[in-house]
Amino acid sequence: MNWLSDSKVSHLRAVVGEPDFSGTKYTFVKELARGGMGTVYLAEDTELNREVAIKVLSVPEMTEDLRRRMVREAQIIARLEHPGIVPVHDVGVLPDGRVFYAMKFVRGVRLDEYAANTSSTRERLRKFQAVCDAVAFAHAHGVIHRDLKPQNIMIGSFGEVLVLDWGVAKILRDEISSEADTLMLPPVGNNKASDTAHGTIIGTRQYMSPEQARGEIDQLDERSDIYSLGAVFYFLLTDQAPGENRPRALNPNVSKPAEAICLKAMARDRASRYTTAAEISTDVSRLLDAEPVSAYRENVYEKVSRWVGKNRFLVLLVLAYLLMRIFFIFTSRS
Amino acid sequence: MSKPLIGVILGAVLGAIDGLTAWFTPAVRDQLAGIVFGSTVKGIIAGIAIGFFAKKFHSLPLGIVFGLLVGAFLAFLIALMQGGYYFQIVLPGTLVGLIVGFATQKYGNSPSPANS
Repeated sequence: MNWLSDSKVSHLRAVVGEPDFSGTKYTFVKELARGGMGTVYLAEDTELNREVAIKVLSVPEMTEDLRRRMVREAQIIARLEHPGIVPVHDVGVLPDGRVFYAMKFVRGVRLDEYAANTSSTRERLRKFQAVCDAVAFAHAHGVIHRDLKPQNIMIGSFGEVLVLDWGVAKILRDEISSEADTLMLPPVGNNKASDTAHGTIIGTRQYMSPEQARGEIDQLDERSDIYSLGAVFYFLLTDQAPGENRPRALNPNVSKPAEAICLKAMARDRASRYTTAAEISTDVSRLLDAEPVSAYRENVYEKVSRWVGKNRFLVLLVLAYLLMRIFFIFTSRS
Repeated sequence: MSKPLIGVILGAVLGAIDGLTAWFTPAVRDQLAGIVFGSTVKGIIAGIAIGFFAKKFHSLPLGIVFGLLVGAFLAFLIALMQGGYYFQIVLPGTLVGLIVGFATQKYGNSPSPANS
């Protein structure tokens, strides 16, 4: 009897785990990432001769109804044409019945990796603004993401920001059939990222809103994503996933207005949160421009400090002028 | 506010304040009204020149340099007419020009481009 070597066994295991793309225009290249909702593979589009990322959704008990709805979800998301949303090129069903969708293959780093190499808060906030803009666009088209986190945001080679993984998105307003729909996925085994119960909790606990964590799927709307945006903002301010501490407790360099933006977005009561992603983007923009933000009421001292900080050069010029004048007054008297 | 308007207002205000500081020099205190008037007119002229320059060239460093040069030049002419106090007139005048040059570029609105 011939025994298989360890390398051959591991090779066979890998081949068995590969998705079967026969009957599609894609050929398998390698596995890119494995998450709670599925696995992302690098594949080659043989017709257009380009690399694509293919997400194969892992749903153990795939019914025809669920499959139909997942395909429809992908079709709707594919219509979200925005520079900050990774485009979906194709959607289909593998021979084993699993739904897949092909997306643009983004070369770059994830937001958490980017943050690890970028100490500039301004740069981080500019990227965050781009995320808000993409999410605001999706919201305007009736789609909420439901799994916003640094790991689902890519910074491309040219600094472009792309929000990935719209596979668990929820359609609030279906522009085709005028009916709202929710994709409720059954539990997936060995799900590290998601705490799944009755197939309703989808997302990553540290970044998900309280109502999402409670599995109140009918309560989810744009404000749930806004909570997640606040959580991403928290991460960018502190380099840590949201926890019990306020951002300033973890990073004293975080300004009070920045903390206020974060806490307003992450309010437990969703009525107290920003109502749109565009509102957060506007507040972050104002923060970057040293202007007052809607989430924080500053006192007179803070107003003056902010104005002086913003107009430092002008203040220095005026001070130089005054000092010079005082000098001339004293020298003319003496 | 448009750049020329900011230039004129700031030039006039800073020019007047600059002139008023002559009060602290007892030797010229009796000529204060004339000095304030002249200084204000000088500020307005500098403000107009700097404002229109800022409207034409949208560059902060260029605006600062132009303001500095205009302020220095006009202050030098005043000092020449006064026949003295070069240092006391030219230096503050230059700094006022610099402030106006900076402020017009920084705070003035550029006209929005016309739709094609």
